[in-house]
Amino acid sequence: MHPAPSVIIFSTLSGLGFGLLFWLGIDPTPPTGMTGFIFFAIAFALAVGGLLSSTFHLGHPERAWRAFSQWRTSWLSREGVCAVGALCILGLYAAALIFLNIHIAILGWIGAALSVATVFTTSMIYGQLATVPRWKTPLTPALYLTFSIAGGALLSGRTTIAIALLFFAAAVQLAWWQRGDKAFANSGTDLGTATGLGERGTVRSMAHPHTSPNYLMKEFVYVIGRKHAMKLRVIAFGLTFALPLILLLLPFSHIFAALAVLSHIAGVATSRWLFFAEAEHVVGLYYGMR
Amino acid sequence: MTTLPTSTDRKLGLVIDLDTCVGCHACVISCKGWNTENYGAPLSDQRPYGTEPMGTFLNRVHSYEVQPEAGSAQTVHFPKSCLHCEDAPCVTVCPTGASYKRVEDGIVLVNEDSCIGCGLCAWACPYGAREMDQAEGVMKKCTLCVDRIYNENLPEEDQIPSCVRTCPAGARHFGDLGDPNSDVSQLVESRGGFDLMPEMGTKPVNKYLPPRLKDSWDDQSLLAPMLAPVADEPRGFLSWLDKTLDKIPGGSA
Repeated sequence: MHPAPSVIIFSTLSGLGFGLLFWLGIDPTPPTGMTGFIFFAIAFALAVGGLLSSTFHLGHPERAWRAFSQWRTSWLSREGVCAVGALCILGLYAAALIFLNIHIAILGWIGAALSVATVFTTSMIYGQLATVPRWKTPLTPALYLTFSIAGGALLSGRTTIAIALLFFAAAVQLAWWQRGDKAFANSGTDLGTATGLGERGTVRSMAHPHTSPNYLMKEFVYVIGRKHAMKLRVIAFGLTFALPLILLLLPFSHIFAALAVLSHIAGVATSRWLFFAEAEHVVGLYYGMR
Repeated sequence: MTTLPTSTDRKLGLVIDLDTCVGCHACVISCKGWNTENYGAPLSDQRPYGTEPMGTFLNRVHSYEVQPEAGSAQTVHFPKSCLHCEDAPCVTVCPTGASYKRVEDGIVLVNEDSCIGCGLCAWACPYGAREMDQAEGVMKKCTLCVDRIYNENLPEEDQIPSCVRTCPAGARHFGDLGDPNSDVSQLVESRGGFDLMPEMGTKPVNKYLPPRLKDSWDDQSLLAPMLAPVADEPRGFLSWLDKTLDKIPGGSA
């Protein structure tokens, strides 16, 4: 799958933003006043910035409002509804905390639930697709949710919880990669089932419909990233988990904490790039490619 | 609405005969022509005369080689367009309601005015039937020539999809696959028509007819007895000519 930068930025930043909003929402003693303002500003900047970035890959961003209508069937629509709901409710919650010094716990809980729901709906946009066997697994929502909540804990300064959650997210990431590498072969789809000619013999693509690549090949058959996939996995794993964990386990310092956050963000972005670049869509089979 | 209808009154679709398709791409060209000039945004081209030309097509023809365990390989030309699936995954993922499946005939269409060009429907389609138009930023797909099949301004023989009308080999058939007595349903029944990627659970309406098995070199042709010489020895005038020519020096073949 073509790794569109706007979508990678979106899922990296929004995931962290909604993860931070989750922790701020369930916090029994949330930050107020200026501290509260800084925390919420960071969370909203990440969440909203990511959402805005995601509209850049649309052919018609000016019609994006229509995407709130089909929540009955569409995970993308549900994501939009949950995201706007979470931002509105936590906007009120944050305003009360920052300007009035009032903690409306119920708003925080609803907003936290909607924040988690937003990340879950994002993950299901990919997790629902039978056409991309690497994505079609309950591990995909597990991956997005653990990344988001662990990253949120890290950003909100919950060191102990962040350490535990980073270990957990690391395990999910390894399991996701492990399963993903066998997913296409295990899906049972090959050029034989794609053409319906498999029972007659070995099917081989002899000529593409056109002499140069088309939209489908550019969007779904992205092979550039796969060459260095293993190196990038090591880099992603090191930046997302290993380095932040070392920095958190060292005696506390604000510089180490900031470095841990930056390393984590870079790592998640790398992991998300691989999430797309390594994913193989079954339509590639028709072109004799993966 | 992106909720799929539980059933449709008819199931209009195509039956593609892989035995007779000669891979001429005429259906590709006629499709591009009709659908550029009619329903919805035109099908754009990028760098049509430059390096790496690219364009939007609703129908493309692949060519495959099938190598059986024994014997010679068979070439199969393979046209592919939207299969108008009963459980169309492209419809339910649409966030805006731009994609829909019609209750009256089962055709899957895109309302281009509502399409935000997110591309998710193309991701959800296993067949590569949807293509994002690079100039318009909206999703394009086969409409089963909805602007031809109900168009009473056209002569009756033209009220079928453009690809079917054009195919010089008669490899494409159009009809109601929901009616077991229709010509297309009978054809699928008699020839053992099949679905593409049935494991995806999309329940395609379009069916493909398998190529017939090839002859072997050892097979005796049905026509062979008719090809035997009718008369071993010439008679009459030909006999005289034969003998006369034999007498001329120089020998014979």
